[in-house]
Amino acid sequence: MKALIAIGMVMMAFCAFPLSVFAQDNMPPAPYAYRQLDDPQQERKARELMETLRCLTCQSQSIADSDAPMAGDMRHQVRTRIAAGQEPAQIRQWLMDRYGDYISYTPRVNSVTWPLFAIPAIVLLLAGLAVWRRIGRRQNYKGDE
Amino acid sequence: MRNLRIGLWALVAVVIGLFALFAIQLSRPKDDSVESRMIGKPVPEFALKPIVAGRPGLTSADLKDGQPKLLNIFASWCVPCAAEAPQLAELEAHGADIVGVAIRDRPEDVARFLDFYGDPYSRIGGDDLSEVQIDIGSSGVPETFIVDGKGTIRYQHIGDIREDDVPLLLQKLNEAAK
Amino acid sequence: MIAEFGLAALWLAAALAALQFLAGILALGEKGAGLEAVVRPVAVVQAVLCALAFGSLLLLFARTDLSVLLVAMNSHAAKPMVFKIAGAWGNHEGSMLLWVTVMSLAGGLIALIEKRLPERTMLATLASQAFVGLGFYAFLLFSSNPFERLSPPAQEGMGLNPLLQDIGLAFHPPTLYLGYVGLSVAFSFAVGALLTRNVTPEFARVMRPWVLGAWIFLTVGITAGSYWAYYELGWGGWWFWDPVENASLMPWLAATALLHSASVLASRDALRTWTIMLGVVAFSMSMIGTFLVRSGILTSVHAFAVDPERGGFILALLALYIGAALILFALRAGTVSEGKHFAAVSREGALVINNVALSAILGIVLLGTLYPLLTEAFGVRVSVGPPYFNPVSAIFAAPMLVVLAIGPLLRWRRDRLARIQKPIIAVFLAGLAGAIGVFAIGGVELLPFLGLVLSLAIAVGSVMPLKGRSLRRLPLTVWGMVVAHFGIAVALFGMSADTAFTQQTLIAAAPGDKAVVGPWTVTLNSVDPVAGPNWTALEGKMSASYRGGVEHHIAPQSRTFWAPPQQTSESALLTRWNGQLYAVIGGATEDGRWQLRLWWKPFVTFIWYGGLLVALGGFLALLGRISTDLRRRYATRRVAERKAEGAV
Repeated sequence: MKALIAIGMVMMAFCAFPLSVFAQDNMPPAPYAYRQLDDPQQERKARELMETLRCLTCQSQSIADSDAPMAGDMRHQVRTRIAAGQEPAQIRQWLMDRYGDYISYTPRVNSVTWPLFAIPAIVLLLAGLAVWRRIGRRQNYKGDE
Repeated sequence: MRNLRIGLWALVAVVIGLFALFAIQLSRPKDDSVESRMIGKPVPEFALKPIVAGRPGLTSADLKDGQPKLLNIFASWCVPCAAEAPQLAELEAHGADIVGVAIRDRPEDVARFLDFYGDPYSRIGGDDLSEVQIDIGSSGVPETFIVDGKGTIRYQHIGDIREDDVPLLLQKLNEAAK
Repeated sequence: MIAEFGLAALWLAAALAALQFLAGILALGEKGAGLEAVVRPVAVVQAVLCALAFGSLLLLFARTDLSVLLVAMNSHAAKPMVFKIAGAWGNHEGSMLLWVTVMSLAGGLIALIEKRLPERTMLATLASQAFVGLGFYAFLLFSSNPFERLSPPAQEGMGLNPLLQDIGLAFHPPTLYLGYVGLSVAFSFAVGALLTRNVTPEFARVMRPWVLGAWIFLTVGITAGSYWAYYELGWGGWWFWDPVENASLMPWLAATALLHSASVLASRDALRTWTIMLGVVAFSMSMIGTFLVRSGILTSVHAFAVDPERGGFILALLALYIGAALILFALRAGTVSEGKHFAAVSREGALVINNVALSAILGIVLLGTLYPLLTEAFGVRVSVGPPYFNPVSAIFAAPMLVVLAIGPLLRWRRDRLARIQKPIIAVFLAGLAGAIGVFAIGGVELLPFLGLVLSLAIAVGSVMPLKGRSLRRLPLTVWGMVVAHFGIAVALFGMSADTAFTQQTLIAAAPGDKAVVGPWTVTLNSVDPVAGPNWTALEGKMSASYRGGVEHHIAPQSRTFWAPPQQTSESALLTRWNGQLYAVIGGATEDGRWQLRLWWKPFVTFIWYGGLLVALGGFLALLGRISTDLRRRYATRRVAERKAEGAV
């Protein structure tokens, strides 16, 4: 039991460092994993898209911020597809068809996510109301009663 | 003041809901797997080059030859892939046709891996850029898909195949054969 | 012996906390007469005992006593002394002991010096403080005993992971903890005031330094954590809206709101219930943050030691404290009167907007952080990231920042905008100049555009309160406000400038190749192997010149650790006043070149300078408050002495 705890503790200590540990594959990264597109306009599009796609083998990082090989392969996919003239929305859809909403950091309004958008709207309304009630109705305030 | 009261009790209710959610999430193991959305859909078109000498590569056409197949996504550098090797051998012994996709791998490493842990594959394609892996909606190695004879993806197993997973996989394979 | 002594001290402290709680509660009722004399001394002794327990743990770690399980797990005889000591709180048990120690010390301090509030309110406050403490004592003693013995003793400690020997990593968590504990004191004051229905400006004045102190630590903690992620993760990002980051941001947002509403209550006796509410919310956010981080129910890049059983314990404590406080609040809120009224255009009016906006942002961060957890409970996985948080929080942040630029110029109670016409025009012109400037540069998206314009407006607006006043005579608290608000402008400028103007170059280079990134020309001179104590690295020796000027040398590394096997990128930074060059060397390509990642990040350092200015502002304000208090104490004593003399 003690040994088990000990192993657990070492693993924990290890995990406390925020750099992911990757199984070592010896292949060089995909051509467009660490290379930008020559057209700055296209690279900008690709970069903006990559920043909003989740790396699936890492913990909570976008594929634009990860050294995981699979993130590199996804960057390669995004860049080559952008270079081939695809729109970012198309590529996002292509990935969502494979991995579901989870891969996209940009939630879309649908039957599952609508509260994410409805609640801030309600909060905005309530906030406006609170400010108006707290302040607005005392517009004619003349002094302490 | 009444509005304030109502608002406050609503807040208490929300907080209770929140704690219930925390408790639910805490009471069950965290499931980090990402399921593929490609189940029930045809396999995407691909053609992977052979990676070991004398073994054919893998194309999407091979998956439409009328026979259901186990599509095993693996890599020589992946530790759990070695752990599932006996189970793959068992599946093969039960007549499963297993085809492999080697992710980001070198021919000599794959050959050594097969020598060491056994070789259940009828075909192995090398996927150097994880293209097929991404196209099929797999998020890691190892993963195993069941593809029926028409090339439709029927089932996905995430992670290494354990001893108790074998019957289920055989059953799914049988279902795919119908 | 030391371990047993520490454990005994901890048990005694826990017993005294129970006594403090019971005596405090009973003394509030009629039957408990006489018990009130017990509470304060008990609080002090409890603090001393708890400090002794923590001292014992420090000593055990300093001596690397391997017969103690915790030491054997987390330390090693060969560690440098500072990391041996820091190892004491670099683990779950030790950090919880540190938490409860700081909390009991704070309680003891209040018991010793705080005489301004009515005694009943103080009793209720100390009882509440003991109640919160009891939960943590129970947690320590029943499920996370730091003094557990290991028999037979270990041959050598296991904690020699050099990755964890980072001075930032050693002091980052306790900084946040001090913030959380400070908020627990504010929470206890709020509960005490609510229990005795005594919500007064005096209460706000007593609570304020604690909130301020907590807020300073939280600000420093978040700023340091952000910089650490920036240079350590190797991709130049400084905020990811990651759950763990959000967990530290939420208490900060609540504490910021509380700070401002407490100042309304202290100066103008308004916003009574609201201030109490924020006191409860701020501590709740610390607890929720701790829970989220420790229980591991959220996926985060900053993984922590996680354990569902401990998560369950924290959840139980969380439910107990927050649930009890909220229900108490819901029952009592109606009986606390609203307080004084004020006009729309007034300092209070501006602060109400600040509070509403901060609360709304807090709500949105909470929603976005927890929503994936909610859908997961129903088997659907979604991700909520920067494309959601940035615009949605900006909807509330933008109006708040506009008000921040001119709000401090308004008078309390009632004012006219016409009176501060000139400063408003100055603020407007600053914003307009910024807008024209950014527009001329072109290609900047809406959010960074707004950020740049607002930061200039706030920078001008924040120093306006200094106009026409003697800088030497200006109270420290006003200086604090000015510096903190100016810091917000600086940080906002840095964030927006980095988002808008960062330039990147990703290339594969062979030695001798040049790369251009923004105004910099970077030459890769050579790639050499270097070795550290437990790693080898490839070091890219580069020279970089800014607009053809002097060559600076930088050397990013790609390190490979062998035990445990792990690869990290050590980025190299070159700082100028107007930004940073950020260089990373990656792997080799097949044709023998090297992957280089280069960024020119204009004004990115302003983010952290701004954060430090905000903290400095808080510190000045705290100094101001404390010195005012001391002076007032001195004056009251003199008056009392005079009276005594007169009586004689």
